[in-house]
Amino acid sequence: MKLHTFLITDNLRNHLAKEGYDLAMKRLAKWRLISIFAILSLILSGCGEPFLSTLRPAGEVADIQYDLMKLSTLIMVGVIVVVMVIFFIVLVKFRRKDEKIPKQVEGSHKLEIIWTVIPILLLLLLAVPTVSATFKLADVSPMEKKDSDALVINVRSNLYWWEFEYPGQGIVTGQDLVVPTDEKVYFNLISSDVKHSFWVPAVGGKLDTNTENVNKFWLEFDSAKAEEAGDLFYGKCAELCGPSHALMDFKVKTLNRDDFDSWVADMKEVKEPAKADTALAQQGQEIFNKSCVSCHAVTPGNTTPPEARLAPNLTNFGDRSRIAGVLEHSEEDLKNWLRTPEKYKPGNLMTGKYPELSEEQLDALTAYLMGLKVQE
Amino acid sequence: MSTYAQKKGFGATLWDYLTTVDHKKIAILYLIAGGFFFVIGGLEAVFIRIQLAVPNNDFVSAGLFNEIITMHGTTMIFLAAMPLVFAFMNAIMPLQIGARDVAFPFVNALGFWLFFFGGVFLNLSWFFDGAPDAGWTSYASLAMASKGHGVDFYVLGLQISGLGTLIGGINFLVTIINMRAPGMTYMRMPLFTWSTFVTSALILFAFPPLTVGLVLMMFDRMFGSNFFETSMGGNTVIWEHLFWIFGHPEVYILILPAFGIFSEIFAMFSRKRLFGYSSMVFATVLIGFLGFMVWAHHMFTTGLGPVANAIFAVATMAIGVPTGIKIFNWLLTMWGGSVKFTTPMHYAVAFIPSFVAGGVTGVMLASAAADYQYHDTYFVVAHFHYVIVGGVVFALLAGTHLYWPKMFGTMLNETLGKITFWLFFIGFHMTFFIQHFLGLWGMPRRVFTYLPGQGFETSNLISSLGAVFMSLAVIVLLYNIIATSVKNVRVGNDPWGDGRTLEWALPSPPPFYNFKQLPLVRGLDAYWLEKMEGKKGMTPAEPVGDIHMPNASFLPFVIAFGLFVAAFGALYHMDDKAWSVPVIIIGLLITFGAMFLRSVKDDHGFHIHKEELMEDDKDKGVKA
Repeated sequence: MKLHTFLITDNLRNHLAKEGYDLAMKRLAKWRLISIFAILSLILSGCGEPFLSTLRPAGEVADIQYDLMKLSTLIMVGVIVVVMVIFFIVLVKFRRKDEKIPKQVEGSHKLEIIWTVIPILLLLLLAVPTVSATFKLADVSPMEKKDSDALVINVRSNLYWWEFEYPGQGIVTGQDLVVPTDEKVYFNLISSDVKHSFWVPAVGGKLDTNTENVNKFWLEFDSAKAEEAGDLFYGKCAELCGPSHALMDFKVKTLNRDDFDSWVADMKEVKEPAKADTALAQQGQEIFNKSCVSCHAVTPGNTTPPEARLAPNLTNFGDRSRIAGVLEHSEEDLKNWLRTPEKYKPGNLMTGKYPELSEEQLDALTAYLMGLKVQE
Repeated sequence: MSTYAQKKGFGATLWDYLTTVDHKKIAILYLIAGGFFFVIGGLEAVFIRIQLAVPNNDFVSAGLFNEIITMHGTTMIFLAAMPLVFAFMNAIMPLQIGARDVAFPFVNALGFWLFFFGGVFLNLSWFFDGAPDAGWTSYASLAMASKGHGVDFYVLGLQISGLGTLIGGINFLVTIINMRAPGMTYMRMPLFTWSTFVTSALILFAFPPLTVGLVLMMFDRMFGSNFFETSMGGNTVIWEHLFWIFGHPEVYILILPAFGIFSEIFAMFSRKRLFGYSSMVFATVLIGFLGFMVWAHHMFTTGLGPVANAIFAVATMAIGVPTGIKIFNWLLTMWGGSVKFTTPMHYAVAFIPSFVAGGVTGVMLASAAADYQYHDTYFVVAHFHYVIVGGVVFALLAGTHLYWPKMFGTMLNETLGKITFWLFFIGFHMTFFIQHFLGLWGMPRRVFTYLPGQGFETSNLISSLGAVFMSLAVIVLLYNIIATSVKNVRVGNDPWGDGRTLEWALPSPPPFYNFKQLPLVRGLDAYWLEKMEGKKGMTPAEPVGDIHMPNASFLPFVIAFGLFVAAFGALYHMDDKAWSVPVIIIGLLITFGAMFLRSVKDDHGFHIHKEELMEDDKDKGVKA
């Protein structure tokens, strides 16, 4: 008797479980639909930010890459459609309905040839433009020529900041890369500590900054697209380099050629450290000269060897868009940064290199640093 | 009364497993250890997703985050996916070829214990001075700059566990070449056995480069050499090459057995032989071969130049062809079949769109010039989780349900299994699909946080929510395992009713000698052929006779343990600790002492006599 009831409850439980499962299935299917819609609306909501997204290409390199993305996506969506059509036919048509044993088919040479040859053709369709683009993007011959008037920029990556040296112009800056629009800009990339990777997503793909060799490539910044992006592109470090890898951002300021030339001229004019103009800033300059100047230069000349440039050049600090690459460019954030750099960029090399600063000293130093401008 | 089926106490069972050389028990050890590390790696993944759920989050610090991502990757690849794959290879492959064990049962146990102690050593880093934090790829410049002992744990732990994997692979190769039952020709081997074979060959060629890299790094960090010290003329790009010459075949080492498991499932639950068997075998071998020709596609942005990049781009695309052949063969296996949607079949069916999605992004990544944009972004994260989770993890979960009765003699609950599946499937796509777009929108990978205002917020939150579903799935699976083990309803030889290959001709679990008489294999899907002719089991290929079996041994455990001890000495050697050298010596003495003992003490194994085998039969007759 007892066994009997057990059996019944067991059956019942199984039955209920099955029903519960079916119900859950339906609910899950509904949820899946909702999540698909959510994803779709996200996709439709845009292709990312104009200053950051690879899907909003703002230059020749990014354009070439975007075209390749579109071509490969198109081919691949074609493949997916074919697979999914067969897939759903199979799922609907060949469910087990009875216990009959289906015919045991060995295979089909004809089909196998079809699904070997067609993918090869599709891949060729992608391979040819890939190879041609790969060579095109690696073509840096104009920068190697003697007396070339191409703009060359040496990028040196450091834990966790970027240095940009313009060898032809004889100036050095950091964190904010300034470039002219609508012309090819050539880059020499190297790292001074661990491997990083130089990436301005909206303008073109990345290239690593190795520790042992100089990597070269070029980018072009489109003026119309740059305007859409507010003439300020986001740059990223794309290779894990330590705790603050995520915070190793830089910015790219785009100027037209004339403005760029005048920026270069303004920079070059700074031969001596600029004299602070207010009393407070002068006080700040004294502190700076005591505690900071051994690492941070305030003249743009590239007269010292790279190994001696231990920290970002601050000649035009007041013109920059961010503090330490990630904080708002405000006096408050500058003071925060100077108080506890470790809090804002863990593992940075500035922490502990200077004595603790009192609030008065911070005020003075901030006034001095914010006054370091080359442009009005 | 059989002497082998007595109930044992906990201590005796534990000792049995510590000393076992039986491939089926070693499989269970791999399953438990791999499952344990899978849960740890999963927890690490959950921490990653919590940290990234909102911008500027401070759930974990920047340094800790790097430790978590490094350990998540390393644990999942080396300590979860690999051993779980090994679990099924050990459990099933010898049965599929009609063998009584692997070729070297002692070495098989040694392989497990080396993996186990290597994995434990690596994870102990959490309790000493920090886990490795240079990423699972441990690129040399960052790894050399990493403070503390994290990277040393990585270097030593992976050497020990890698040794285990290597000898495991050699063992499988020898087994498949030498121990196939009469009639089991190469072209009659089940696809899972074929993929085990090719995978083992890949292990044989892929692990030595990793070991070389690890040894160089060990010397650099612990003994003052300068292989990767640029200022002393070293070169860090060499590490990238060594790592990826291993690393790329490694992903095929994981995915090929997954293909094998799915091939079995498609054929079984469609009640049809695998469509295009010989082209499937050919595609498997070809993928294995091409797997060694494409490593530099992980280094497109390293600056190898357009010639190298173009060659490796085209070679990488070529892999799409044999993989496509496989996908279509699986679809055509189901075509015209009688498809039953069991839990393993749910995974197999879901695998097709998931893996195709991962495969096509793979081809997109192969396009070198475009890869400059994808490389090291969340697009890559999405891609490799689509192939590794949508391929390997789906296969491991499918294999767990499929082979559970064969390994433990009881079925997992199907309803719970399907709930696990749906939770995991939805969670997986929710977590990773959106990450393609995050990458394209400019989010680099391995970032511990992101600033607001870059358009990453919503998508990251969705991705993190998906992780909740996957976690729930794993919890349901664990509950399923416990609940069904407690109930312990015993099942017969072919619990799914659709078994095709030799393992389903044996009791669940099989006796420790597997086959009383080696079976005669008369074609592909040997057991299915017999079933179709109305026979209950296999036709024996030999009369009942004495069976020679290996003795259990504690030595594999001891050999591996010695290296574990020595590794601690080596690790602290760079701190100039006085005890470091003696500890190295003691550890090596334990290892080599145990090996010496093994060499001088003859171990001839034992025989199960014919009469006992007959008695076993009678026993069963009574029970039935």
